[in-house]
Amino acid sequence: MNLFNLFSKRTTAPVARERLQMLLAHERAVVGQSDLVAILREEILAVIAKHVPVERDKVQVKMNREDSVSTLEVDIELPPVPSMKVA
Amino acid sequence: MAKVLVVTSGKGGVGKTTSTAALGAALAKGGQNVCVVDFDVGLRNLDLVMGAERRVVYDLINVVQGDAKLAQALIKDKRCETLSLLPASQTRDKDNLTAEGVERVMGELREKFDWIICDSPAGIERGATLAMRHADVAVVVTNPEVSSVRDSDRIIGLLDSKTERAERGEEIQKHLLLTRYDPVRAERGDMLKVEDVLEILAIPLLGIIPESADVLRASNLGTPVTLSDATSAPAQAYMDAARRLNGEKIPMVIPDGRRSLFGKLFGRRAA
Repeated sequence: MNLFNLFSKRTTAPVARERLQMLLAHERAVVGQSDLVAILREEILAVIAKHVPVERDKVQVKMNREDSVSTLEVDIELPPVPSMKVA
Repeated sequence: MAKVLVVTSGKGGVGKTTSTAALGAALAKGGQNVCVVDFDVGLRNLDLVMGAERRVVYDLINVVQGDAKLAQALIKDKRCETLSLLPASQTRDKDNLTAEGVERVMGELREKFDWIICDSPAGIERGATLAMRHADVAVVVTNPEVSSVRDSDRIIGLLDSKTERAERGEEIQKHLLLTRYDPVRAERGDMLKVEDVLEILAIPLLGIIPESADVLRASNLGTPVTLSDATSAPAQAYMDAARRLNGEKIPMVIPDGRRSLFGKLFGRRAA
């Protein structure tokens, strides 16, 4: 170690701490919601399937969590009208 | 009433097996009946750390599958008569560990022992979730290092969702055991401090185990560090942690980074 790094050397632990705090705040939200989105998707599918034949991959559920507003986006593509039965 | 404790971490190599052996021996020395159970099927090591590797006849999978009775598989410690080991299988496939089988064995262990300490395999796969499944208490072993802290955070999430207690809506007690802590490096600002890890993981602290040559020395000999040299710093820290598990209030000793003049002049740097 020369005299120059003796004065300029920054400690690394605060960097580790900050990186972890950022990362975990994000990961906790993602892991927490992946289960919820899967459950919502299955239940929404089941409700729709009771009335309309719908393909599994035509139902998209997305959750977006932000600091101020969180949204749930559900996108369902129904089959063409002629085959649609009204229950 | 019997308590099932899981020693877990997510990340490998942070000291789960060492801590299982040390806490198990410390609790048993206090007179309680303790069984340490190795869940790391295929990579068993608790037998080696406990110095019982040549005494394994039957293992957890034999008992789970009904090929052996629990009493046949349990290995009584030679140094401490209230301590027993249920080893993992080294040769069988881990798929043989069924959820129903593990539940039955845990039930039988609860009748015989005060503490059942489950040494979890690393990772978040089936072996790890089975090890934590029936736990009342969890010890999350963490090193003051970014990857270990991240994995511990993940494991805490699993404890809160995949255990029987969590599914019943009950609380599972979680404790942080900070291992391989080097106060000199922490003081210098090159290692996460105790407070940093506690603030990030937000679970109560069970103990701080200082980085120490005594831990390796104990495992070289196949003796839990709490039995080999009870006066060493890591042994003292594990003994205090074991007493806290029993509900005792003991002030936390944060390992001291200061070195004596002699140490400064002649000692080798810890890092």
